[in-house]
Amino acid sequence: MSVALVPVDVRRRRLTDRVMTWTCLGALLVAIAPLASVLGYVTLQGASSVTWQFFTHLPAPVGEPGGGMANAITGTLLVVALASCIGIPIGILGGLYLSEVGGGRFGWWVRFTADVLNGIPSIVIGVFIYALIVVPTRHFSGFAGGVALGVMMIPLVIRTTEEMVRLVPASLREASYALGIPWWVTMLRITLRTATAGVLTGIMLAVARVLGETAPLLFTAFNNPYWSLRFDQPISTMTVQLYNYAIAPYDDWHRQAWAAALVLMTLTLVLNVAARTAGRRRFGRGR
Amino acid sequence: MLHDHTARSMVGGPPGGPSLAAAERRRSRGADDAFRVVLGAFALLVIVIVFGIGFSLVMASGPSLQKFGPSFLWTSKWDPVHDTFGALPFIYGTLVTSALALLIGVPISLGVAIYLAEMSTWGSAVVLSFIIELLAAIPSVILGLWGIFVLIPWVRGSIEPALGQALGWTPLFSGPAYGIGMLAAGIILAIMVIPIISSVARDVMHAVPQDQREAMYALGATRWEMIRGAVLPYGRAGIIGAVILGLGRALGETMAVTMVIGNRPQIVASLFQPGYTIAAALANEFSEASSSLYLSALIEMALVLFAISLLVNAAARWLVSRVTSSVMAP
Repeated sequence: MSVALVPVDVRRRRLTDRVMTWTCLGALLVAIAPLASVLGYVTLQGASSVTWQFFTHLPAPVGEPGGGMANAITGTLLVVALASCIGIPIGILGGLYLSEVGGGRFGWWVRFTADVLNGIPSIVIGVFIYALIVVPTRHFSGFAGGVALGVMMIPLVIRTTEEMVRLVPASLREASYALGIPWWVTMLRITLRTATAGVLTGIMLAVARVLGETAPLLFTAFNNPYWSLRFDQPISTMTVQLYNYAIAPYDDWHRQAWAAALVLMTLTLVLNVAARTAGRRRFGRGR
Repeated sequence: MLHDHTARSMVGGPPGGPSLAAAERRRSRGADDAFRVVLGAFALLVIVIVFGIGFSLVMASGPSLQKFGPSFLWTSKWDPVHDTFGALPFIYGTLVTSALALLIGVPISLGVAIYLAEMSTWGSAVVLSFIIELLAAIPSVILGLWGIFVLIPWVRGSIEPALGQALGWTPLFSGPAYGIGMLAAGIILAIMVIPIISSVARDVMHAVPQDQREAMYALGATRWEMIRGAVLPYGRAGIIGAVILGLGRALGETMAVTMVIGNRPQIVASLFQPGYTIAAALANEFSEASSSLYLSALIEMALVLFAISLLVNAAARWLVSRVTSSVMAP
């Protein structure tokens, strides 16, 4: 109605504004498209390949139909469990240090190196563990794989623990001191316990991340076509098995790879969604 | 430094109330000090690990460092049979694919970040951010599987013929369409850096003070003019930092790239051709390295990757912390 009254210049500026809004929305759609495609393909291809056999049988030789990944599934669980035993305690206690003690230059260096460690390519961590453990012990082992993943968990757990413990109100600590409870008991039983939900969020995210890691396992845990629960022997994992199947030229193996992808993706997504909703419920109002 | 806490005793320090008996107080102090040392030791472990990685890589790449010296970085003969190793094709492949990833990924990431920080309502921003972050949670081996069976046929059938027709006169887009190659690796890396760059850039934009925006609006600016005039200039250092963080991810990404790049150590102009990256070479050749010189040459490449990722991460953290001083770093 009042178009004639609005100067041409202003109309052009409004047009630019609208065009840029649509451009940014377009960028968002382009960014989400691959996610939708990956989720769709993995679900479709995986659903037709996941069978009961997949969870209960050992891998079948080339040409023989059927077979499963029972050994790789248990292998992944074992290696991730070992990684958690290493990464979680170090991460939590280190994070507690950073939030409660480490304000000085030492704390700055710990924070900085934790961020650096988080940014080091996972394959380099694998090479490091190879030099540290595989070379002296002279063979690939589930233990080496677990340590590699454990090292990767540390920076993730340390930084979320620090942030979450920081959110605990000072009044809780002061109330504890007022009752004459020593500092260290307060730390463990009041501060850390109050931050449990947040710390658990960080742990779940870290587990989800190492669960899907392949590169650091290629020459630490290696692979094993047989049933093995021993940490001093090479051990099969779902990710390495998925990789081997994906690059092989056999249709049967491709189906196994899609099935493994579906199982892995379900696990990581469930962990991620659970972690984020738990974290939000606990601390959403406080922030 | 370990005793910093005394300065902040209101928050974290142990109380030393006069009502406690002297002996008990001493005992409690001793336990507190011991606990503090234990916590400090775990924190120190992080520094030890990072230095340990650097040290062990230098030690293990000794034979290669001695034999080839710095020329390892700019010679391109990779011949395990004759024990001659030069890393240039791998360094070239790593740099080209990462550059491609940024070229494709940065404009999209900035659009996403601007939309999430400035254009959407709070509720939809939360949901959309969550979806973008899920993209980062997909294991890279699964993206590689998707790359082999979905992305590569698409690149071979649609993208490369179209690019070849439009830009085939440049050496970059000439030659037959393989599907597998540098272009596919660049696209899959772009998919992987978008969630990182866009979520850090969004945080940076959130850190821009509200009065900057209001000042632009008060001058009669449209929303886009406000973003261009206030948000982007104010957050420039942090946005560059976000891009560099993405670069760090792209340089070291292994599985998805290994599965789509074709793994051929060559330096050619055409992006349609197969290539190789440092990380992919480590993944493929490490467990079958036949001689100790071969192995140490591979470890030297890991050392190069380690050094680059140190530099890139330090630079990124510094830039991002200049804008969001409280969140990312002290």
